[in-house]
Amino acid sequence: MSTHVLSLLVEDKPGLLTRVAGLFARRGFNITSLAVGASEIDGLSRITVVVDVEDLPLEQITKQLNKLINVIKIVELDYDQSVQREHLLIKVRVDNTSRSQVLEAVTLFRARVVDVATDSLVIEVTGDSGKTNALLKVLEPYGIKEMAQSGLLAIGRGPKSISERVYKN
Amino acid sequence: MSADTRTAKSPSDFASQAAAQRGAPEQGPELLTGAQAVVRTLELLGVDDVFGLPGGAILPVYDPLMDTDKIRHILVRHEQGAGHAAEGYASASGRTGVCIATSGPGATNLVTAIADAHMDSVPMLAITGQVFSHLMGTDAFQEADIVGITMPITKHSFLVTTAAEIPATIAAAYHIASTGRPGPVLVDITKDAQQETAPFVWPPKIDLPGYRPITKAHGKQILAAAALMAEAKKPVFYVGGGVIRARASEELFELVETTGIPVVTTLMARGAFPDSNQHNLGMPGMHGTVPAVLALQEADLIVSLGARFDDRVTGNAALFAPNAKVVHVDVDPAEISKIRFADVPIVGDAKDVIVDLTAAFTNATASAPTDIAEWWAYLNGLREEFPLGYTPPTDGLLAPQHVIQRIGEITGPEGIFASGVGQHQMWSAQFIKYERPNSWLNSGGAGTMGYSVPAAMGAKVAQPDRTVWAIDGDGCFQMTNQELATCTINKIPIKVAIINNSSLGMVRQWQTLFYDGRYSNTDLNTGHDTVRVPDFVKLAEAYGALGIRVTKMEEVDAAIKLAIETNDRPVVIDFVVSADSMVWPMVPQGVSNSYVQYARDHSPSFDEEA
Repeated sequence: MSTHVLSLLVEDKPGLLTRVAGLFARRGFNITSLAVGASEIDGLSRITVVVDVEDLPLEQITKQLNKLINVIKIVELDYDQSVQREHLLIKVRVDNTSRSQVLEAVTLFRARVVDVATDSLVIEVTGDSGKTNALLKVLEPYGIKEMAQSGLLAIGRGPKSISERVYKN
Repeated sequence: MSADTRTAKSPSDFASQAAAQRGAPEQGPELLTGAQAVVRTLELLGVDDVFGLPGGAILPVYDPLMDTDKIRHILVRHEQGAGHAAEGYASASGRTGVCIATSGPGATNLVTAIADAHMDSVPMLAITGQVFSHLMGTDAFQEADIVGITMPITKHSFLVTTAAEIPATIAAAYHIASTGRPGPVLVDITKDAQQETAPFVWPPKIDLPGYRPITKAHGKQILAAAALMAEAKKPVFYVGGGVIRARASEELFELVETTGIPVVTTLMARGAFPDSNQHNLGMPGMHGTVPAVLALQEADLIVSLGARFDDRVTGNAALFAPNAKVVHVDVDPAEISKIRFADVPIVGDAKDVIVDLTAAFTNATASAPTDIAEWWAYLNGLREEFPLGYTPPTDGLLAPQHVIQRIGEITGPEGIFASGVGQHQMWSAQFIKYERPNSWLNSGGAGTMGYSVPAAMGAKVAQPDRTVWAIDGDGCFQMTNQELATCTINKIPIKVAIINNSSLGMVRQWQTLFYDGRYSNTDLNTGHDTVRVPDFVKLAEAYGALGIRVTKMEEVDAAIKLAIETNDRPVVIDFVVSADSMVWPMVPQGVSNSYVQYARDHSPSFDEEA
């Protein structure tokens, strides 16, 4: 199995997410991460899906997704050819002795503290999964009380845009 | 899909047609209720016949439906019947079938037929009523999320909550259903959208940026395919239902005559190529002919035309046709290399691609003609040694194969034959000789028992001048026979042949072969020496149909002829056949097609190269 990042340009229609997610489930593919939001074009949304599959089933997923009427375009984003980011909010347990150590880690990872309480900090970090995982590992010994993670976001490097040729033909 | 003008209109066609029919409107668009807009849109799309059953949430639509003289609405007795009737209508004519149901249970009763149409790529438009939009999501009376329920089994679906959206949505649904790889499309319309008024704008703007079916294939791939065809020593055309949907039979005939390559026609493709033509080896697959099964299995080149390597054709896919290269032609890119890797993938409409292949093959072989005489000698040997046949039963009851064969012979190739699912379906695929597309209707992918009576009804509505048979089992018939009432009341004189072996025959066959003859829950008590519940002759009469019971071989022909001559009401013939007759040949599930059995424990011996 290898990890693939698919970027979908879709019409912003009711039930769209159900169609996409249902297709993955029905055909037996596991979604590891999902992010949905607006795109640069009015009425179109962008979905970023991360899946763990071999190449041949990936081709089948892509073709099946393409058959969905509301899916306009699909591209696979290579790690090297794209910028990939995920966003984490982490609530860490701290006391007077550990607080400074945690803050040091926050600085090293170029993360930010967004909430402070007497016995906890909320840390915000953005990065690829290598970076976020490394930070989590460092924070783990202090006690992670709570965590919220966004789906992976990805965008191709260079001047080309996913929506460029959408409305031609 | 290249199509006749009825099923594949472009928006500009709508414009000219609308202008022609109604004159160029001088004032602004007419105000219509959503319900009137539904009916008007169907009229303008050229829909003549719809099958349905009203209920609360679709009531508004039924009111203007009463006034239209362009659309015939046929009131069914169960919504599943409306769905299968729309399928039969579509499969017999190539036009898009339309069915209507109310919300909740009305809509869910359509589900089986929608799933069936999805599996067999049948162009179908299903219109359902939905509860008021302000009640949606509140578990209102007769509320069901039919768009959600049918998402995995439709080509697409729409929820309409305002009257203004109705023309464009129905036109888009109709366009999607009938083009590319055809399929069912559902339009769910809330009751308030049906009741409110909106300007009726025609032609509507159909905006489907994500839907652009590819029809014209890549020239390079065509040349690659032709080159493989030119050099193959053991080629075979593997013809599927896509050839019928694409109306490509004539082009296929030309291709086969040009190349001399043998043809196998799948269950969905029976009739796509004439059975009388010497190139046709018959049906491949689990119950295919020995020559067709082995032609695929031993081929060095399989040219798949509108087929999808279904497990009933391939058997164990890993062991299927081990020495074959594959050219896979399909209008749906997702079918290509789904099951079997395609050496040459060709995405395109079967009709266009077949024409291109014929031309490319002629060029490729201009200097060096192909030589497949040895292959033909082998296949003809198989044909001679393993012809389609059957052993007459020893219990004195009718041979089902004989009955079905005689129905085909007496009716002739201009008839339409719709079957249910099971043994009688396989015998109908095997023992009726099909000469033209759209003459054989069945539930291939979904295997829906109960398909045949309503499908035959729909076919007869679409093609009123043809003799239409429902060849059904005693089990299948009991699932949808209520549509006999619809047939009698609406003067749709179909002929029903019940191949009555008093059991769920195909299941019983598997119990005989694989479960030591332990007949768990397959006895239906409808046949010889049973209580006969129900008595099919009495049942037919109760429905106003002519009921005939046939128990002896010498009565078979006369009954079939009487049925064909009786056209003032439906006819039901109860053919009391032996329960011990089995479908042969057979490839047991999960093994290589090389182990095809001609009859029980009798496999052909051939050089196994795998």
